[in-house]
Amino acid sequence: MSEHEIRFAMGNDALAEGAIAAGARFYAGYPITPSSEVAEISSVRLPQVGGVYIQMEDELGSMAAIIGASTSGVKAYTATSGPGISLMQENLGVAIMSEVPCVIIDVQRCGPSTGVATKPAQGDVMAARWGTHGDHSIIAISPSSVQECYDYTIKAFNLAEKYRTPVFILADEVIGHMREQYVLHGGEIVNRKQPDPDTPAGDYAAFDFEKYEDEVAPMPPYGSKWVHRMSGSMHGALGFAANDGKSANKNTRHYCTKIDKNRDDIVITESFGMEDADYAIITFGCSVRPAMAAMRIAREKGMKVGVLKLVTIWPFADKEVKAVLSKVKGVVVPEMNLGQVRSEVERYNDRKIPIVGVNRVDCEIITPGEVLAAIEEVAK
Amino acid sequence: MKSTEFIRYNRLPHRWCAGCGYGQVMNSLTKAFEKTGITNENTVVVSGIGCWGHVDSYLTTNAFHGTHGRALAFATGIKLANPSLNVVVILGDGDGVTIGGNHFIQACRRNIDVTAILCNNYNYGMTGGQYSGTTPEHSYTTTSVYGHIEPGFDICKLAEGAGAHYVARSISENVMQTADYIAEGMQRKGFALIEVVAPCTTHYGRNNNMKRPSEFYKWIKSCAVPKAAAEKMTEEQLEGKFVIGKFVDRPGVDYGTKYLEVQKKAQAVAAAKAAE
Repeated sequence: MSEHEIRFAMGNDALAEGAIAAGARFYAGYPITPSSEVAEISSVRLPQVGGVYIQMEDELGSMAAIIGASTSGVKAYTATSGPGISLMQENLGVAIMSEVPCVIIDVQRCGPSTGVATKPAQGDVMAARWGTHGDHSIIAISPSSVQECYDYTIKAFNLAEKYRTPVFILADEVIGHMREQYVLHGGEIVNRKQPDPDTPAGDYAAFDFEKYEDEVAPMPPYGSKWVHRMSGSMHGALGFAANDGKSANKNTRHYCTKIDKNRDDIVITESFGMEDADYAIITFGCSVRPAMAAMRIAREKGMKVGVLKLVTIWPFADKEVKAVLSKVKGVVVPEMNLGQVRSEVERYNDRKIPIVGVNRVDCEIITPGEVLAAIEEVAK
Repeated sequence: MKSTEFIRYNRLPHRWCAGCGYGQVMNSLTKAFEKTGITNENTVVVSGIGCWGHVDSYLTTNAFHGTHGRALAFATGIKLANPSLNVVVILGDGDGVTIGGNHFIQACRRNIDVTAILCNNYNYGMTGGQYSGTTPEHSYTTTSVYGHIEPGFDICKLAEGAGAHYVARSISENVMQTADYIAEGMQRKGFALIEVVAPCTTHYGRNNNMKRPSEFYKWIKSCAVPKAAAEKMTEEQLEGKFVIGKFVDRPGVDYGTKYLEVQKKAQAVAAAKAAE
């Protein structure tokens, strides 16, 4: 028997517990369905473990508060949905620019704007990638089960700490509200690098990333002997404003390369039945579930179908997708949007094989039958 | 630490225009730092974007230079995550009570233990002198050349109405008075707001017949009525003027202290559940 607690609960419960298991002790947010349970559970659980829950005046303030808490040395997160994601984009840029680890849980709902409260969608894929202005890279992870909500929230914090970056959890209403059994097993915890203890006290260069092979500078908390500046404005190694083209060029490229060059460490995919597959389903989040069912049905019918499940959406699993595209005759991309991931898959379609989307934006989860029909269409 | 030890001399001269009052306010700020006995290591200066927001570059404390209007929200996270830090927030009139107005009133209401120094120069200096939420009605800015038709906020009344426990107003040339208010605000456990009226000769002054800094300083001096004197004046006599002094200084329990009680209750609940 496992010594770990086993719970039958919704994805939003597992997201909150995953954050706490990762060592997060600060939550700031603004209520919005279908993410509200993450806030409610965090408000109960965080003070139990010595943490802080605060409900801010809006998502602008929520994002700012978690960044502030993280600079004080406390792992921090927020949870929201599409309308909140739009407001968080402003200070998401601050987290990218001042390289502050934090986790943003987006339990996606149908949009744009207020959209359909509070029905599912997977329409924030590009908002997570490009929503905040300026060039940058981002990490986004999409769970497809309640257990994955727990596991990958821990992973999200670990990646945030390791690469000093904000990380998105792109959950959706289906996964957030679906109840399944999950195990609270803890897991490996990564904490941000700290300066060498012998580093002299005084001014500390929190942005001296060039000194480090992984391009990530240690980040002490405020209040230590290392006095430092964090800045959302273009800056030099010490965090002072550097409004010159050379600094802009160096830093902007750095925000991209520190993630892109480590993509092998970051990208997670899972393959099912791909060894002998003639046709592949490439998908993520809640759409993995009908995809898996469609694969089983297709195989019963004698069609060799496999699934490539994208756990990380960003950085995009280009190598894994390329490998799939190089050996199958056709691909189906089910997603609850109008083709945001399919457009990425198509970028690697050198052989010009048929790639068909299964897209719903009517707030209903894609059915196995729809995925199967698309496979049959591709196989014609 | 001495006030001069809080000044980062190698970053000077500062970027503020000739005649700007922000150098005076920075002087008051470092004097207050000395008075309160804080160190640069245990202090974080949190700023938004605007001319006054540059001040963190000239200080030897820790700094967080965030986005326009959001400084109080960043400061809320910084302080609640580490209550032992002294958190000082730098706000302007556009930054603090126009784009950041909601964060401002909510911080007053919540009573987060941070001290905000809001410099009010009646316009957006950095972007060329457009009108802000405090620009007086009938005055002129680069976006109200026909005369401004909106009334400006009274920042101190706004803070008081929103529930702040310490509210005071000074003018930049009253360096010692400003320093005293900042120091007192920092010593209070709770949210403190110190508004400092300062001249922007480059923009607001140029557009309102105060082209020379001396003219602007004289105008501020003529408008600033000490609280005791104001109490004896009629509303008509106070028209076009503003009151300087301490308006609110009342006890109260700050958010962080109250949250300790929340943690205690939560932990008791968890312990009872574990014992079941």
